[in-house]
Amino acid sequence: MYRHNDFDQAFIRQRNAQFRAQVERRLSGALTEEEFRPLRLMNGLYLQLHAYMLRVAIPYGTLNSAQMRQLAMIAERWDKGYGHFTTRQNIQFNWPKLGDVPDILDALGEVGMHAIQTSGNCVRNVTADHFAGAAADEIADPRPVAELLRQWSTDHPEFQFLPRKFKIAITGSPNDRAVTRAHDIGLRMVESDGEPGFEVIVGGGLGRTPLLGMVVRAFLPRGDLLPYVEAILSTYNSFGRRDNKYKARIKITLHELGLDELRSRIEARFAEIRPEWRGADQSILADIERDFAPPTFRKAPVDAFETAYAADPVFRAWADTNLHPHRAGGHAIVTISTKAHGATPGDATADQMRVMADLAQRFGYDELRISHEQNVILPHVHKADLPAVHAALRSAGLATSNAGLISDIIACPGMDYCALATARSIPVAQEIAERFHALGLEHEIGAMKIKISGCINACGHHHVGHVGILGLDKAGVENYQITLGGDGTETAAIGERAGPGFAYDEIVPAIERLMRAYLSLRDGPGESFLQAYRRLGPAPFKAALYPEEKAHAA
Amino acid sequence: MSRRFTPSVITANALLSGEVVWLCADGQWSPDPRAAALFTDADLAQDRLAWAQGQAQAVVGPYLAGAKSGPDGPEPVHFREAFRRRGPSNYPHGKQEALCRG
Ligand code: HEM
Ligand code: SF4
Repeated sequence: MYRHNDFDQAFIRQRNAQFRAQVERRLSGALTEEEFRPLRLMNGLYLQLHAYMLRVAIPYGTLNSAQMRQLAMIAERWDKGYGHFTTRQNIQFNWPKLGDVPDILDALGEVGMHAIQTSGNCVRNVTADHFAGAAADEIADPRPVAELLRQWSTDHPEFQFLPRKFKIAITGSPNDRAVTRAHDIGLRMVESDGEPGFEVIVGGGLGRTPLLGMVVRAFLPRGDLLPYVEAILSTYNSFGRRDNKYKARIKITLHELGLDELRSRIEARFAEIRPEWRGADQSILADIERDFAPPTFRKAPVDAFETAYAADPVFRAWADTNLHPHRAGGHAIVTISTKAHGATPGDATADQMRVMADLAQRFGYDELRISHEQNVILPHVHKADLPAVHAALRSAGLATSNAGLISDIIACPGMDYCALATARSIPVAQEIAERFHALGLEHEIGAMKIKISGCINACGHHHVGHVGILGLDKAGVENYQITLGGDGTETAAIGERAGPGFAYDEIVPAIERLMRAYLSLRDGPGESFLQAYRRLGPAPFKAALYPEEKAHAA
Repeated sequence: MSRRFTPSVITANALLSGEVVWLCADGQWSPDPRAAALFTDADLAQDRLAWAQGQAQAVVGPYLAGAKSGPDGPEPVHFREAFRRRGPSNYPHGKQEALCRG
C-alpha cells in the first residue's frame, strides 16, 4: 500500500501548521468568519446543524490497520466515540470542537492522512472500486493511477478555484462498482489490442440536475492520462460557468456545449499541452505501482471454511451475502456491514474500528477499504480464516448478513446533522431495515439498492438507487419522493420519479407495498427488482405505491 | 410589499464549540433555547440581528428563526429548528444530552 513519502509528510505538516495559525487568528479576532470559512473548508472543516464536522479523506478508500486505529483514537478522544463513513470514501466526525481540530489534523498526519480537498471547488478525494486489487473480475488495480491523480491534483495551483467541485472515480473492472458515470470524470480501465488504457467519461453528476457522464474518449493510452485530465480540467476552468452555482458543474458545460464541441475543445487543449509532458509522471507512476504490489497471498487448504459453511447456518448466510470472489486462489473479499438492522448506515464506533483494524492486521494483509456503499471491506482474507473473522465480527455487532440486500442502504446524514438538509434520511433507513428484517423478507427480495438523500444535493446517490428516496420539506413537514429504476453500475440509469411524495410515516409502508408488488410480479427469484422494473416498466410499481389513485381511476 | 413578520428568535453556533446557541434579551448567548428572546417586532429583530452579526468572536452564522411563545419560553415553528434544539434522532447526542442531565 502507498505510504506517504517525505514530500507528502512535509507538505501536510506545513499545511497543518498553517491551519493551526489560522484557527488561532480566528479565535483572536484577527480573521473574520468570512475570511476564515474558505480556509477551514480547504481543510475539510464544515459547520453543521449541531456542531462542526470534519471530513477526512480516505484516498481511493484504502487504509491500513494503523490508520483505522488512529481514526478510532480520534473518535474517542475528540469526538463522541464514532465516525461516519460516506459515499465518497471519506470519514466524517460529527462533533469536533474548533480548538481541537489542529490537533486532530496532526494526529491524522502521523498516519499519513489529511482532510485537504475534501471540500471546496477543487479536485476532491479520488474514489475507486472498493474491491480494487482484489476482485476476480478486474483488469488492473486502479489505485496506482488514483494515487498519481491525488498527488498531481493536491495543491495544484491551476485547479484550486475551479468553477465548482470536481469529482473523479476510477474502476479497473468492467463491473462498475465505483459509479463512474455519476462523476465529473469517470475512468474505466480498458484494453485495446492488448494495450492498456482508459475509457474517459465526462460530465456525470447527481444533485439538482442528475446527468450521466458521456464518453469523451473511448480509448486513451495509459501514458496520456495526466495530460488528458489536465486538458479536461483546463477546458472546464475556462468554459465552466461561474455566474450560477447551479450551472457550474462540468455536466452543465457538457450539455450547453454538446459532447462534440466539448470534446473538440478538450482535444485541442490536449494537443497543445501533451508535448510538455515528458514522462516524469510515468516514472512516478512506476514507483507508485511498486507500492501497490499485491501481497504474497498465502497458500493453504480451505477445509476450515468448507466445514464451517456446511455446519453453521449463520456463517453460511453471511458467507453467501458478504463474500465476493477474489482473484487469488483460496481467498475471498469480505464486506463488513456497518448496517446492522436499525443502525445508522456508515457509522462505526471506535471499538468496532479497532476490531476491524485487528482483523485486517491478523487476517487481512493489513488492508482495509471503505466502500461508497458505506461499508468496510477486508479485501484479502484467506478462506481458512473466515470462520475466525466471522466470529470476531459477530461479537462486535459487525456480522450482519445483508451486503447488497434491502437493509444495505446508503443514507446521507440528512437533517440529523446536515445544515443543508430539507428532511431526515437516517431514521428512514433505520426503519426500512428494521421493517424488512421483522417481515423476514430481506433474503427473498434479494439484490436491492435503496439510496436516501436528505435534500436535492443527492449526497446519498438516490438517483442511482434501484429505489431512491429524496427527503424534502413540503410546507414545513418532511416529505419523501420515490424514484424507481436507477442504477449506478455499468448499466447506469437515473431513476424516474414515481409520483407525489409520502409523509414521514407513510414512506416505510409505501416501500413495503412496492416490495410486495415486486415479489408478486417477478419472473421467479432469479429476476431482481431492477430486472423486473426494466421488463415491466413503472406502471405496476406505481400502482402499488398509489393504490388509491388506481381505485379512483377504476 | 413586505411580508408579514413572523415572530423570531436569533440563533447561531458558538464559535469555539459549534454548539447551537440563542440570543437572550440581555445580549448573552445561551445554549438553552428556553432562554432565548422572542422578537415580535420586525425592526427590532433586524436591529438585533445586525448586532449579532457583529458578534463574530462568540458565534458563527446568526439568523432569525421563526418561533412562537410557549409556557417554557419560545418554541420552534419549523422542524429544522426543533432538531437544532434537540439533537440528532439516531443518538442521544446534542442538546438532548444536556437537557436530560437537567
Ligand atoms: C454534511 C455536509 C455536506 C454538505 C454541506 C454537502 C454538500 C453538497 C452539495 C452542495 C452538493 C451538490 C453539489 C452540486 O451539485 O454541485 C453535494 C453533492 C454530493 N455530495 Fe455532499 N454534502 C455533505 C455531505 C455529504 C456526505 C456525507 C456524502 C457522502 C455520503 C456526500 C457526497 C456527495 C455526493 C456523492 C454528491 C452528489 C454527486 C455529485 O456531486 O454530483 N456529501 N453535497
Ligand atoms: S443530500 Fe443534502 S442533506 Fe444529505 S448530506 Fe447532502 S447536502 Fe446534506
